[in-house]
Amino acid sequence: MAAPEIDRLIQVLSRLPGFGPRSARRAALSLIKRKESALLPLIDALQGAADHVRNCSQCGNLDGTDPCGICTDERRDAATLCVVADVADLWALERTGAYKGRYHVLGGVLSALDGIGPEQLNLGSLFRRIEGGGVKEVVLALGATVDGQTTAHFLSDRLQPFGLAVSRLAHGVPVGGELDYLDDGTLIQALQARQSV
Amino acid sequence: MDWQDQGFVLAARRHGESDAILTVLTREHGRHLGIVKGGTGRRQRAVVEVGNAVMAHWHARLSEHLGRFQVELGTPHAALCMADPARLAALSAACATLDAALPEREPHEDVFDDFAALVEQLSRKAVDWPTQYVRWEARLLSSLGFGLDLSQCAVTGEREGLAYVSPKTGRAVTVEAGKLHKDRLLPLPSFLIQGHVKPSRDELVAGLRLTGYFLDRHVFAHAIKPGATEARARLIERLAAK
Repeated sequence: MAAPEIDRLIQVLSRLPGFGPRSARRAALSLIKRKESALLPLIDALQGAADHVRNCSQCGNLDGTDPCGICTDERRDAATLCVVADVADLWALERTGAYKGRYHVLGGVLSALDGIGPEQLNLGSLFRRIEGGGVKEVVLALGATVDGQTTAHFLSDRLQPFGLAVSRLAHGVPVGGELDYLDDGTLIQALQARQSV
Repeated sequence: MDWQDQGFVLAARRHGESDAILTVLTREHGRHLGIVKGGTGRRQRAVVEVGNAVMAHWHARLSEHLGRFQVELGTPHAALCMADPARLAALSAACATLDAALPEREPHEDVFDDFAALVEQLSRKAVDWPTQYVRWEARLLSSLGFGLDLSQCAVTGEREGLAYVSPKTGRAVTVEAGKLHKDRLLPLPSFLIQGHVKPSRDELVAGLRLTGYFLDRHVFAHAIKPGATEARARLIERLAAK
């Protein structure tokens, strides 16, 4: 029988992704045992995030400042805009270090099953940014799923009147992937997007 | 309880960290749900894409349980349609329509076979797939018990000159008989009564609006899932712009 405070901590932790009731108990116990070195810094970090982290009003990214660090970075190419579904996708692209343009986070993708339409996505600010001028290319970095590609097609239609270059990420064989182990869908996409060498 | 059947993925919803609740249209067991362990993981995500043909193995201790699916990819229809916005919209709309329209665990072999034929046409880029799609919706309405009667005029009994459909009864009306009420009647595109006619873009859209009216009224109005109407709207927009 644990104290109500510990029960509450376990309950809150178990709602986090990657945690179940057992792992939440282990984490709670570890935090309580290491109060000075783990629990208090965690409280401090959580408070800091709650107080300062917010969505960028321009691109939808999460950052401690608004506009975010990427939007205000003068070294980045303002003529290229990469549209992603979620902040996690933005982070994934940033990890590569291969993209030096700016981003726009939609906050999801169109989904017939979940009833997510264009109104639920961060589209108004995307079109305002483009209307504002300066953008020459839009890269649609959306998932190779039915919903992701439906969103990509929808956006490419809506962006047509602006006369921009619109591109999307390639689909196909991943680095280190052997053809024998690939699913048929990926192989079909790879064949359709083959390039001359 | 244990069975194996061929099917099509109609919907896949994330469940917890890595699992998915899958809705599959099977031939002998109808629209059936089940959990796919690791369904949103790297290995299975491509299999459980909407529209894909799969071999589904369902297992549960009791028949009333949700049960578990193990699915093996048959034809990757989603990947085959992905590059073409119109065919992708059609695949998405057809799956959302069936997901909203069909009751759970009630086999409809005719609906399954008809859907299989439609998906095949979409995948192999059949030239007349938009026509087939509208006809498929009209046949689906019939299978659900809300079929349109386009054989003769509801007022005069004539078989020639049919140009409207009554929104109340779903029966055809001739130009002459519908003259006074044509604002309230739904336009009937000729390709729905004459098999050989190649429809124009406007006729295709009129056909989708006609079937859509009755789907909205009889099927989607009572469905819990709101997505089918939106998916159809996107398809209509695509075909209108094509």
